[in-house]
Amino acid sequence: MDVLDLSRWQFGITTVYHFLFVPLTIGLSVLVASLQTAWYRTGKPGYLRLTHFWGKLFLINFAMGVVTGIVQEFQFGMNWSAYSRFVGDVFGAPLAMEGLIAFFMESTFLGLWIFGWDRLPRRVHLATIWLASIGTVISAYFILAANSWMQHPVGYRLNPVSGRAELTDIGAVLTNSTTLVTFPHVIFGAFATAAAFMAGISVWQIARDRDAAIFRTSARLAMSVGLVAALGVAVSGHVQAQIMTEQQPMKMAAAEALWEDETSAGFSLFAIGDVENGRNSVNVQVPNGLSLLATNSLDGAVEGINDVQKRYEATYGPGDYKPVVGIAYWSFRLMIGFGALAALLALAGLWLMRRGRFPGGPWFTRIALLGIGLPFLANSLGWIFTEMGRQPWTVFGVMRTAAAVSPGANVPEVALTLVGFTLVYAVLAAVEIRLLIKFTRLGPDPESGTETVPAAPALSY
Amino acid sequence: MELTTIWFILIAVLWTGYFVLEGFDFGVGVLLPYVSRDEADRRLVVASIGPVWDGNEVWLLVAGGATFAAFPEWYATLFSGFYLPLFLILLALIARGIALEYRNKSDSTRGWDRTFFWGSLAPAFLWGVAFANIVRGVPLDARHEFTGNLLTLLSPYALLGGVTTLALFTFHGALFLTLRTNGELRQTSARIGRQAGLAAFLAGGLFLLLTQLNDPKPATWVTTVVAAAGIAAALALIGRRDGWAFTANTVAIVAITATLFGGLWPDVMPALDPANSLTVTNASSTPYTLSVMTWVAAIFTPVVLAYQAWTYWVFRRRLTAPRDESPVRQGS
Ligand code: HDD
Ligand code: HEM
Ligand code: HEM
Repeated sequence: MDVLDLSRWQFGITTVYHFLFVPLTIGLSVLVASLQTAWYRTGKPGYLRLTHFWGKLFLINFAMGVVTGIVQEFQFGMNWSAYSRFVGDVFGAPLAMEGLIAFFMESTFLGLWIFGWDRLPRRVHLATIWLASIGTVISAYFILAANSWMQHPVGYRLNPVSGRAELTDIGAVLTNSTTLVTFPHVIFGAFATAAAFMAGISVWQIARDRDAAIFRTSARLAMSVGLVAALGVAVSGHVQAQIMTEQQPMKMAAAEALWEDETSAGFSLFAIGDVENGRNSVNVQVPNGLSLLATNSLDGAVEGINDVQKRYEATYGPGDYKPVVGIAYWSFRLMIGFGALAALLALAGLWLMRRGRFPGGPWFTRIALLGIGLPFLANSLGWIFTEMGRQPWTVFGVMRTAAAVSPGANVPEVALTLVGFTLVYAVLAAVEIRLLIKFTRLGPDPESGTETVPAAPALSY
Repeated sequence: MELTTIWFILIAVLWTGYFVLEGFDFGVGVLLPYVSRDEADRRLVVASIGPVWDGNEVWLLVAGGATFAAFPEWYATLFSGFYLPLFLILLALIARGIALEYRNKSDSTRGWDRTFFWGSLAPAFLWGVAFANIVRGVPLDARHEFTGNLLTLLSPYALLGGVTTLALFTFHGALFLTLRTNGELRQTSARIGRQAGLAAFLAGGLFLLLTQLNDPKPATWVTTVVAAAGIAAALALIGRRDGWAFTANTVAIVAITATLFGGLWPDVMPALDPANSLTVTNASSTPYTLSVMTWVAAIFTPVVLAYQAWTYWVFRRRLTAPRDESPVRQGS
């Protein structure tokens, strides 16, 4: 492996890892804030106990999101210095805005929320968790604007003298069409994640008859949110696919393992590709499905890999412009598949719990617990698709990944940091999961619903 | 004033905020094993920074992001050049953040306390090493890529810089603890703080003197003297006038950071061969990006400062440890 491969592995591992915690933070912060709002409105102790219980799991997760985020902020400079020099003028701006506008907000108000239970007036205390949640959503917007610029660069010009990209229109960067569709998709994905997490654990608590009454509330809340999120993810994903077909036709072609330009193209369900010869040996399709998905019409024209390759060669010069087709194809399919499974589970859960019924037997509990993993898989696969489907480009059409890596980096150092981060992250994952299980088993604090007991220690130090 | 000048100053301000705020966090971590006798003390020491440490750390993240936006070449050279020290700093920041957040949720706190100690000590030292190298200059080629190795970065001067920040932040942490606690904990912090303050005065004095002799400028002589006076005043006041002592050392940290950035100007990363140096001009973004970012900073910085100040106001009361099993409460 050379420096480029190692750096790509490092970026992929650390970023996918960061994004395990991110969606749960975004989704769960809003759900916890909603539960606290319900308590504030109704004064029912059940809501307060739920707020404390989910709040604790939320904080365990949030800490991981924060510390893995620190690495993200610096690794563009560490392993991708050529990239940083080239795009800093454009790409640095949303990143800096994210820090100044969102990170300060999240961290400061969350600190106030954790320690403020018996220091702040109730209304103000409720506002702190909402402000922290809003901070997480703003943070997502800016970082997605930065990422979308790599998918579809806008609002810049290339300076022929310095050879660098220069910002010409910040408004265009922040309202990039790619950002506008990616943002809802990622936020709905975040809600799907938090919903599956909350639903799975609630069902398990009900099954072992631990505070079953209040966990019915959170189970139903979570399953309803999960259903809506699944719908949102599908609709926004559909729009995204259309924009992608236009902006990055190669990615769509690879996602579909569609080798030649076609009209009335089918949506492939299962294919075995023959990459050498540029065709599929097996392909099971839904007739006209792809044309419909990509162009909103049954006989719309969709471009194929071999033809896009020729067009790219004409535009960008000789080279191989194909991403790894197998990865693009399967990550796209499995993202959708796992998301759909999670939605079905939520639907089944709501049906089983209708009119006060118990949500099924031990088998359902087990499935619900396993279901927690589905949106995490879908999220990771979504990013792997988005980022690897863009290859060989780092900035689509403008800068190749091979040109982005730090020229001064050497194999031993990058290998050391790759192994170092991976090992530390693996240990942290084990610690985090043990803590989550421990506090899940402990269940809500029996006394935390009564107001005379100060709530701060239950959540914090 | 030119936009590049404004951004050079803003980045200096962000680092100053980071050193002043996370400086005491680091110090509290380094002092944890020395000032506390039992678990109740340790909980209280950790709780003293609990509500604010993450907000303090964001000063670093914004300094990084602002450097990326305003001086991309500086960001690229610095973080790819100081690769291994930065890797160690990142691991330390990860470990201490997790230790802080998970310690009181775990059954055994021993391991977390050790993690918190080393995770605070390492960056407190390494930031000094890094800044000494930035100010003194490092080998860069014509593309501004760093051409040295780890040993290049570990010169005696740089190590002295590391000792300076370590002692200074430990002293700052002790001053913070005297301000935020009562009774025996406060007295122990003051006692240990005096030793750290003395070390900071001696190491820092020598470090700044060497820095000045290498590249003397009238303005940074002024800040050097202010820094020395600040540490001396804090030493004189520690344990007696807690608020003033903390303020005096804060002034000292501001003055030291000002000395370093003042010494740097108009370079941002001087190279051993001056032809390859990164300056505020050749490292900067375009005027358009800088003016966009100036607007963003002008609007949001006051808002951030206001709510961070409010947080410190909310948690202003001293902490006391109840001597029984009940958990630590805020306030007395
Ligand atoms: C869609 C959302 C999203 C995406 C794609 C990313 N992040 Fe992230 N990040 C968040 C959403 C988020 C968040 C929700 O705001 C987090 C997660 C947990 C948290 O504490 O805040 C966070 C934390 C977080 C932190 C710590 C903030 C703190 O101390 O409070 C940093 C420095 C970064 N991120 C930086 C990055 C960078 C440089 C990324 C690009 C590679 C990145 N994140 C991808
Ligand atoms: C948090 C969600 C994200 C995930 C899971 C993710 C995932 C990945 C993966 C898997 C790769 C490696 C692709 C390969 O093998 O070449 C990669 C590369 C990269 N991504 Fe992302 N990415 C995410 C967000 C971002 C964002 C928000 C940015 C920019 C702000 C970004 C910038 C990059 C860069 C610079 C590379 C390295 C160059 C390359 O290999 O293409 N990524 N990312
Ligand atoms: C009908 C279902 C879905 C469709 C049609 C769909 C479509 C898409 C498309 C086209 C992209 C790539 C965008 C690009 O590269 O420009 C994408 C990315 C992504 N998807 Fe999905 N998706 C679906 C379900 C899901 C689910 C259930 C999740 C998670 C719970 C998810 C999470 C993601 C993430 C995190 C990304 C990467 C970020 C981005 O580019 O938006 N998707 N999706």
